[in-house]
Amino acid sequence: MLALGQDEIAKYPFLADAGQYLKDQGFSLEQFGTDPDLKDLIKKAYQRILVAADGKIYKSDLDGDHVSKEAALPREVFSFLLAIVLLKLSGMHTLIKRFALAEARRAEKYLEKDLANISDESKNQLAIRVIDDLFSVQVEKSDGYFVIPVSDYLKHSINFHEREWKLINRHVENGQVFLSPHETVRLIRKELGTYINSKIINAKTPTMIPGFEDSVNKLVLLSKKFVTYTVTTGEYPPCIKHAIEILEKGENLPHSGRFMLASFLLSKGQTVQQVAPLFKNAPDYNERVTLYQLNHLAGTSGSGTQYSCPSCEKLKTQSLCFATSECDNIINPLQFGRKKK
Amino acid sequence: MQEADILFLEDSFKKYYFNHFDQIKVPERTSEREFGYQKFNSGMTRHISLKDDKELHLLLMQNIPSDVYCSNACYTFPNLPMNEKDWKEADLIFDIDAKDLNLSCRENHTVSICNDCNEVSKNLTQCSKCNSTKLEKKSLPCKNCIDASKIEVEKLSEVLINDLAITRENIQVYFSGNEGFHVYVYNSQFQEIGSRERSELTDYISLRGAIPETFGMKKFKQDRASFPDFNENGWRGRFSKYVFGSKSKRSKIITELLANGYSSFQKTLDNASENIGVKIDPNVTIDIHRIFRLPGSINSKSGLTKTHCDDLTNFDPYVEASFLSDDTVEVFANSPIEFKLKNKKFGPYLNEKVTVPTFAAVYMICKKLARIA
Ligand code: SF4
Ligand SMILES: [Zn+2]
Ligand SMILES: [Zn+2]
Repeated sequence: MLALGQDEIAKYPFLADAGQYLKDQGFSLEQFGTDPDLKDLIKKAYQRILVAADGKIYKSDLDGDHVSKEAALPREVFSFLLAIVLLKLSGMHTLIKRFALAEARRAEKYLEKDLANISDESKNQLAIRVIDDLFSVQVEKSDGYFVIPVSDYLKHSINFHEREWKLINRHVENGQVFLSPHETVRLIRKELGTYINSKIINAKTPTMIPGFEDSVNKLVLLSKKFVTYTVTTGEYPPCIKHAIEILEKGENLPHSGRFMLASFLLSKGQTVQQVAPLFKNAPDYNERVTLYQLNHLAGTSGSGTQYSCPSCEKLKTQSLCFATSECDNIINPLQFGRKKK
Repeated sequence: MQEADILFLEDSFKKYYFNHFDQIKVPERTSEREFGYQKFNSGMTRHISLKDDKELHLLLMQNIPSDVYCSNACYTFPNLPMNEKDWKEADLIFDIDAKDLNLSCRENHTVSICNDCNEVSKNLTQCSKCNSTKLEKKSLPCKNCIDASKIEVEKLSEVLINDLAITRENIQVYFSGNEGFHVYVYNSQFQEIGSRERSELTDYISLRGAIPETFGMKKFKQDRASFPDFNENGWRGRFSKYVFGSKSKRSKIITELLANGYSSFQKTLDNASENIGVKIDPNVTIDIHRIFRLPGSINSKSGLTKTHCDDLTNFDPYVEASFLSDDTVEVFANSPIEFKLKNKKFGPYLNEKVTVPTFAAVYMICKKLARIA
């Protein structure tokens, strides 16, 4: 991990090891719930989530590159770390996604500033190292430009649809692409969000801490606003409904479960394009791999044979079956809901 | 194809694999590759893994395949079904085929074989005997086809070397055995990129999807200084050489381009793409799970060998890729087009019984223009 100065942690709080940071500062989580001097930090954290949920970027106490007042500094990092604790306690994945995205936008601004900073080489180097460490994009400086290997560029730019991001519309020389600070940061935007998101998802959920309940409850209420549209309809069997729910919570569905879900929906006549978005919430989502696998299942690539949905018996052995009385007399989820005589 | 023809081809191919196994280039990391083969008149057998060239030799001698293939990808488990193979990386491969180059000579050396009555003719729209439109076309590529393909290979190498920093040693060119060339790029920064990334790369190489701004033309606030210089690197440089022609004409032509406006510039770009873009088959490059004809194996579309080109400029496939024997054989030939192999002219044959060397007989039988008498 990078060694970070105080300013840097405030700008890129997701780089800090949360537990270690609190310890270093001499605090425990419980203190924030009880200590009257620290309690309003929870409010601040809650605010930080609210702003993110609203699709806006949290306006920090940082003034340009520097902390406005020395005292504001730990507060800045604390509010981030506490926000994560609140989110974990609430268990609301829609909020986590929004929060991660907003925090990514915020960090993006600082990264760009740091890259463009010509007077302070160390700021420059830090931003370059953040990009390299987190996203394995090797950035090198060359005059006013940042150059990265064409292969690294492609891995990120293929997610963009604007024509100006096509390699042909880039300055390419000697196996490298030349970018401005803004473009360099823009290139890793999505990954920055994913990175922060996965850091939160992978953080341990603490048990409820006295003094945190109020904010957590408010978050649970708030998240109801953001329930996403699902493809679930009454006709789907319990196993399929269950799998969709898991994915929508952003939790991990085992490979066998993904296979069941995809083959089921494809057999029901949905297209690869319709099915693919379902997997977007998965913690290890990779669009390319997902599309490849779906196309393979659908028989539009490779062998050309369409895979069919596994039998109920098989799904039972994989602990994917959640049979109800409506499942009686069927041997395959595809038969669910069809009247039998 | 009739039984006697298959036996004859198998016999000729077997002799080749026995006598010329040294022609076969087994790829590095053999055990991580997927192999596949086809036999005459039967389907593809894929998902084969081989330890080394000895196992490959055995496979060739036992099965006498019509065609042999090997993946450009490396897998942990090359013999498992595709989604369980565990893809690691793949060499970058380009396919340049004369049939994609819109050459005017093509018509002169293409014949059609009627699926209904087997009539062979130079009429390419319908059968001249029974008027059926179910025609199979066979081309006997000429020197012009080969030369035009070579030019594309040169253009490709130039972009690979200058823009993408590939070293010349890591670019290997093979005659495909039929109508074009396969260009392999080894050990590049692109080994591990996926299909969509490769697709972007092919757009770059063929100068597709460019916007006017990239080459200096803006919608608003037009600016002479943003047009490329004559000696610039990359596509801007190649574009300016193509559009300006010479340094001295640059200024005058920029004035013209500006006067014609933005949308007309897009046409200039399309035109440049057509003329200076490298004509590669994008589908081949973006498929990272494909198996390719194995270098040194025989292409059953022609009986010629997929051959490494040390000296592309002087490479003559009809001399250097023909390895089959000179022993003569009697065939019924129906080849309205003449062709040259090993510096000998053959045909045209109009449904006649002729005695020709094995290599010429195989060529015609593979093209469905002859059968064993
Ligand atoms: S019985 Fe079949 S349809 Fe019902 S939950 Fe189990 S697997 Fe799904
Ligand atoms: Zn006919
Ligand atoms: Zn020709």
